[in-house]
Amino acid sequence: MKFTLNIWRQKGSDERGRFVTYEAHDVSSGMSFLEMLDGVNQRLIVKGEEPVAFEQDCREGICGSCSLVINGIPHGPDRGITTCQLYMRRFPDGAVITIEPWRARAFPIIKDLVVDRRALDRIMQAGGYVSVPTGGAVDGNVLLISKDQAETAMDAASCIGCGACVAACKNASAMLFVAAKVSHLALLPQGKPERTSRVKAMLEAMDREGFGSCGNQNECEAVCPKRISVCFIATLNREYLRAGVVEPGLPAEPESPHAESV
Amino acid sequence: MMKLDPKIPPGPLETKWDRRRFSEKLVSPTNKRRITVIVVGTGLAGASAASTLGQLGYQVECFCFQDSPRRAHSIAAQGGINAAKNYQDDGDSVGRLFYDTIKGGDFRSREANVYRLAQVSTQIIDQCVALGIPFAREYGGQLANRSFGGVQVSRTFYCRGQTGQQLLLGAYSALCWQIERGQVTMRPRTEMLDLVMIDGLARGIVARDLVTGRVSIHTAHAVVLATGGYSNVYYLSTNASGSNVTATYRAWKQGAAFANPCFTQIHPTAIPPGDAHQAKLTLMSESLRNDGRLWVPTMPADHRCPGDIPAGERDYFLERRYPRFGNLAPRDLASRAVKAVCDEGRGVGPGGQGVYLDFADVIGQQGLDVVRERYGNLFDMYQRITGEDAYHAPMRIYPAPHYTMGGLWVDYNLMSTIPGLFVIGEANFADHGANRLGASSLMQGLADGYFILPYTIGHYLATAKLTPVGEDHQESRAALQRVTSRVSRLLNAKGCRTAASFHREVGQLLWNHCGMSRNQEGLKSALTSIPALREEFWRDIMVPGSGEAFNQELEYAGRVADYLEFAELLCHDALHREESCGAHFREEYQTDDGEPQRDDSRFAHVAAWEYREGTSPVLHKESLAFEFVQPTTRSYQ
Repeated sequence: MKFTLNIWRQKGSDERGRFVTYEAHDVSSGMSFLEMLDGVNQRLIVKGEEPVAFEQDCREGICGSCSLVINGIPHGPDRGITTCQLYMRRFPDGAVITIEPWRARAFPIIKDLVVDRRALDRIMQAGGYVSVPTGGAVDGNVLLISKDQAETAMDAASCIGCGACVAACKNASAMLFVAAKVSHLALLPQGKPERTSRVKAMLEAMDREGFGSCGNQNECEAVCPKRISVCFIATLNREYLRAGVVEPGLPAEPESPHAESV
Repeated sequence: MMKLDPKIPPGPLETKWDRRRFSEKLVSPTNKRRITVIVVGTGLAGASAASTLGQLGYQVECFCFQDSPRRAHSIAAQGGINAAKNYQDDGDSVGRLFYDTIKGGDFRSREANVYRLAQVSTQIIDQCVALGIPFAREYGGQLANRSFGGVQVSRTFYCRGQTGQQLLLGAYSALCWQIERGQVTMRPRTEMLDLVMIDGLARGIVARDLVTGRVSIHTAHAVVLATGGYSNVYYLSTNASGSNVTATYRAWKQGAAFANPCFTQIHPTAIPPGDAHQAKLTLMSESLRNDGRLWVPTMPADHRCPGDIPAGERDYFLERRYPRFGNLAPRDLASRAVKAVCDEGRGVGPGGQGVYLDFADVIGQQGLDVVRERYGNLFDMYQRITGEDAYHAPMRIYPAPHYTMGGLWVDYNLMSTIPGLFVIGEANFADHGANRLGASSLMQGLADGYFILPYTIGHYLATAKLTPVGEDHQESRAALQRVTSRVSRLLNAKGCRTAASFHREVGQLLWNHCGMSRNQEGLKSALTSIPALREEFWRDIMVPGSGEAFNQELEYAGRVADYLEFAELLCHDALHREESCGAHFREEYQTDDGEPQRDDSRFAHVAAWEYREGTSPVLHKESLAFEFVQPTTRSYQ
């Protein structure tokens, strides 16, 4: 098989970028999309030209590194997968394929198809954890957690932090990313003590980083490689609302366990 | 002269760790604030160590080459984590986990280390639950368990097929908390390229900022390496493409002993390799062997569809060879059994490199829905890669390099032969001997990071004489110079071959001669081919672009250059070990029915190699004394 690729090239964050056209030859249908790009890069290197920079690491859909917008869709045409899990059998021979980086104000381009996603880490640092020190934890079976609740928490926790949700959203909102973490921890007893402060801190950090607000159009769920449901955005909104009711007008602080009955 | 002192506390096994913790010196809270510790790597071991050290009050500077600490390769571990909780009341105990691990490692690990690992395993689960990790639960709300290879109890805790992800995100969240508190300074996209040694102590690292290309010196009171394993030396492996040997190999060249490099685990259940462009092998979790049955046709070159082959003409070779453990035989035995049937011409699929992993029986007994709930994501992954539906036809699998038991030598306190250089997780050699059991790597990474290193490093920091050092110290400058001259050498070669082409070549060489089975002749030939290939690399490598910018090809070429040296060390070690044990199978040392022959009289030792410039590495031996268990022939039949 062979393909024509229109690839976004940009030398650095301050430079202007542009599309450059490359031909990909000798592609087999069993090749992954990234292996096809490897092939293009190998030919560029031998010619002494700079290869196309793109991110990848585990190549099995879990590390969240790969981040390509393929023909306008983050992670490409198939649902529920990352770019590295896309195979060339998905494209007709001779197709023209456009490849771009994640585009969002909060994700400045580093080079070509590589963007800086540290804004997501900073949202996590604002509250995406349980403040529990190492050591002294009670036995894992002391707090029982129903199977359904654990499974729902796991659905949310499976977010890989790739940022496709941001790239797909016309507001470049990180709501699904924040919702996944807030819901995961709010669903479990261990996350309850900081439930109120967490949701406020993470949403404030999201705004601070320059992500937009939710447009309620659900593109995020459509491109999420882990199929994280927008229902968790509803959970996030409910948690945020609740945080306002539990301590109206007060700064976000951990509440006493007795307040949980509200 | 290098001395290997394992510093194992004397006395009863059960109380060694307690006694060591009591006898160690502590650092006062005020002094901790003035101490800086560098942690390189943010996988399970690195992230848990950095967060715990931060919480204890040390200033931590933490490095990873990925764009975020959350992307370290621990994230890809699928199956689960072991702990001697005995929640199933099926006869498990700390003693049994200890024995299973020692035996699984074919009696090539230290008793004291492994016992401690089994002891802290239970704390790990409690800690992870406290961090909000959504482990699988029973309907009654208790934690669920499953079985894993090489054991007869059910002690593996899991989060669907994404246990590594959840444990890593837990450790990452703890790290985030310490970053927010200002205890940890996180430096993502920064790669360690050398170790700074001052007065014989590890005092810092040289790192390259992968975005700007700036090479800089970072000094500290101690350095912790949590940089993972080196399976990628084989080119095709189940590791992430960024995983590499550079940090540990650079430390080796500064004087840290490298132990048992030839103990490389080949995992039995990966998707078979396809065409020449393939960049990685994808693992199918070992948990599949709980319900899947491995078989090949009884007759060689049987090209019928699997469904057309009647039961009588199928060889369920693991059940036949290891009736007590069946499809749950340990990884090393399973991989070799797969290789054996493929070598007999009974392999299936393209090139005869594959065997069936069949779920028809369990689907028949328990229904499609049960199997889908248990393994759905793995079946989906298989379908995407191969285009085949494993619910209706058996999967095809073949072994792939997966984990490395070898690593930098460490004593009981996890300190290398360089004072002040600690090594944790897969990067060290300690706990798995010659073969690792499934669901034990997550346990070891978190044991080292949460519960062992934070204690033992304190003793070093409290007792070592550490004068202030800076970037302008002559040893710091020398380390920086080593890095910059290497970077410019890579950029200036301007040859006509890519780093990947050399990587593929050295990987193929190792896979053929130092892979699932090894022999003297093959290893010797590899030892003559590797230096020639290395010379060609430095003559003919092409790295476009500049060193003062984001340059992925430069990063990669540097790692390949280290593989080309490290491959030689691997072969030296495999050649020296004239026995078959665990994952190391020397064809000369096997029984008539192809089972490995261990030689305790000559090889009950850790082989620790010392770097010597311009000559072959020098071997030092740490003999393994077994006071509490009797090494036996490791039988799973």
